Amino acid sequence: MSDRKAGDRIYGLVAEFDRPEKLLEAARRAREAGFVRFEACSPFPIEGLSEVIGFHEPWTPLATLLGAIAGVALGYGLQVYAAQDYPIDIGGRPLVAPPAFAIVTFEFLILFGVLGAVVTMLALDRLPRLHHPLFELERFHLASLNRFFLVIEARDPKFHPRRSRDFLEKLDPVRVDEAPFAEAQA
Amino acid sequence: MAERRPNRASDADRDAAVTRAITRIPLDYPHRLAWWLFFLAALGLLAVFLVSVTVLFARGVGVWGNNIPVNWGIAISNYVWWLGIGQGGTLISALLLLVQQHWRNSLNRFAETVTVFAVICAGIYPILHLGRPWLFYWMAPYPSTMGVWPQFKSPLAWDFFAVVTYLTVSIVFWYVGAIPDFASTRDRAKRRSAQVFYGLLALGWRGAARHWARWRQAYRLSAALAVPLVVSFHSEVSLLMSAGPIPGWASTVFPAHFVAGAAFSGFAVVAMLATVLRKTLGLQDLVTAKHLDMLGKLMLVTGMLTAYGYFAEAFNALYSGEAHELQTLRDRFAGAYAWSYWGAVILNFVPLQLMWLRRFRCNPACLFLVGLSGAVGMWLERYMLVVTSLYRDYLVSSWGAYHASVWEWLLFAGTVGLFMVGFLLFVRLAPMMSAFEIKAAIFEHEESVDV
Repeated sequence: MSDRKAGDRIYGLVAEFDRPEKLLEAARRAREAGFVRFEACSPFPIEGLSEVIGFHEPWTPLATLLGAIAGVALGYGLQVYAAQDYPIDIGGRPLVAPPAFAIVTFEFLILFGVLGAVVTMLALDRLPRLHHPLFELERFHLASLNRFFLVIEARDPKFHPRRSRDFLEKLDPVRVDEAPFAEAQA
Repeated sequence: MAERRPNRASDADRDAAVTRAITRIPLDYPHRLAWWLFFLAALGLLAVFLVSVTVLFARGVGVWGNNIPVNWGIAISNYVWWLGIGQGGTLISALLLLVQQHWRNSLNRFAETVTVFAVICAGIYPILHLGRPWLFYWMAPYPSTMGVWPQFKSPLAWDFFAVVTYLTVSIVFWYVGAIPDFASTRDRAKRRSAQVFYGLLALGWRGAARHWARWRQAYRLSAALAVPLVVSFHSEVSLLMSAGPIPGWASTVFPAHFVAGAAFSGFAVVAMLATVLRKTLGLQDLVTAKHLDMLGKLMLVTGMLTAYGYFAEAFNALYSGEAHELQTLRDRFAGAYAWSYWGAVILNFVPLQLMWLRRFRCNPACLFLVGLSGAVGMWLERYMLVVTSLYRDYLVSSWGAYHASVWEWLLFAGTVGLFMVGFLLFVRLAPMMSAFEIKAAIFEHEESVDV
């Protein structure tokens, strides 16, 4: 498993918060403290959290643009190719007819743009994924209801079982838990 | 709002209440008897669909009433009608997302579901209308051993790509928007079967901030691409009518007229379903009077735009002074199918005028009836547009009449069954509102009040 560094017993430490503002503050402090392998989980997208964790990723928009461009090239190219490979002369009109080809080209643009965005999103998220060590935590199901979680992974270079726990305890959490690896993987 | 601020615990309770109110429906469905009654009725109509398709396949399109000159009867008018209904869902969902109208969050999921199943109902019509429906895959571009390719200058090929794209994009957009709510449902599920079912649908979603950030990027970009897609789709439908040399089909107002009419019929159906769902499932806290008010306004705006299309069409015909255009206009006003014209005008625009008043917009029964009137009116409008133009075209020697056969009516009833089966399964199995977006909107609203 890529989540695991040799010798780790646990996946990480998990602090639970009851308000989104606290998670925002905790994520900011974790970043300032130099943690790099931490994750903030929330039941809904929190405005401003992506800036706090330093998310500046161009890949999904870029893939959308490239998908759209590829769609245009493929759609138009397909029609031009088909018109040469199987020419049908209708009343002497040109074989390659841009006005008539515009519609299918546009459909390809949209289709490949949307697929580019969604496939890239899932690939970067490493989803779909059948299991995750966090799901072992008894209370983590609240991450999709009304609780907010900050996870510091054990493979973070600055991770220390005791000092990291102290750090999390100071952030006014509801509680701090250890996230174990599942028995089957151990 | 400011006085609610000190009481933090209640915010978390409310967040939980929103999710529970939505996820309880798929996990422990209330009113099962009513659902089963609806579902059995829908299955009955689906059986009608299967029978009428079987008869069509066995005996050919001759069982329908369409023939030269009216070779586009109910099959094509229903195609246009169903597509239009689908369009309302995408506009509510994608357009209102982009302009940050948070009230959409209570409506978008089931509006998108309307889109998916309406497009399926629409998409089968051109296939069934083909004459040899079992060869429909010839429209797909693939390197066939026959060495033939689709004819890309034909509206039939445009339709194929437009329907395939619209259906795929609608399903992808629906699903991406629903993944976090499938995760909520998974986490609330108590039965193992439900945990596995929603767990697979949730794809392992855990609400990580990076995932949310990418989700926002992908979801908004998809919405930004879906809006021009719907607008282009109905313009394309009007274009494929203009591609035929038929009087009454070549007005330049057509693309806008079709898009406005499509949005109108879509909003009408969404308004009908919203009033029924909030009543039967007790969702008055989530679909509030404000939502009904906004739906009424949307219907009013798009309905009046459609009315302008009627005016512009008549004006164009009169201004052209062209004999056949005037003939078609007279046929619409007073010909054999004038009932479809006046039926459309009356049902579309007369009850709609109630929507000027907030009292009527916020009254669920009234909104439902106006929506029903609009949906029926738009059906008549599509029928009128196809039939009144075709039955007396430029070639006077080929004039003739059209009467839909019983198999066309049964197939129409069958597509309603197809739609209802799909929609009822969605209501039963999926979280039908966007719980996480409602919670996010509440949080952002409070933040803005704070500052």
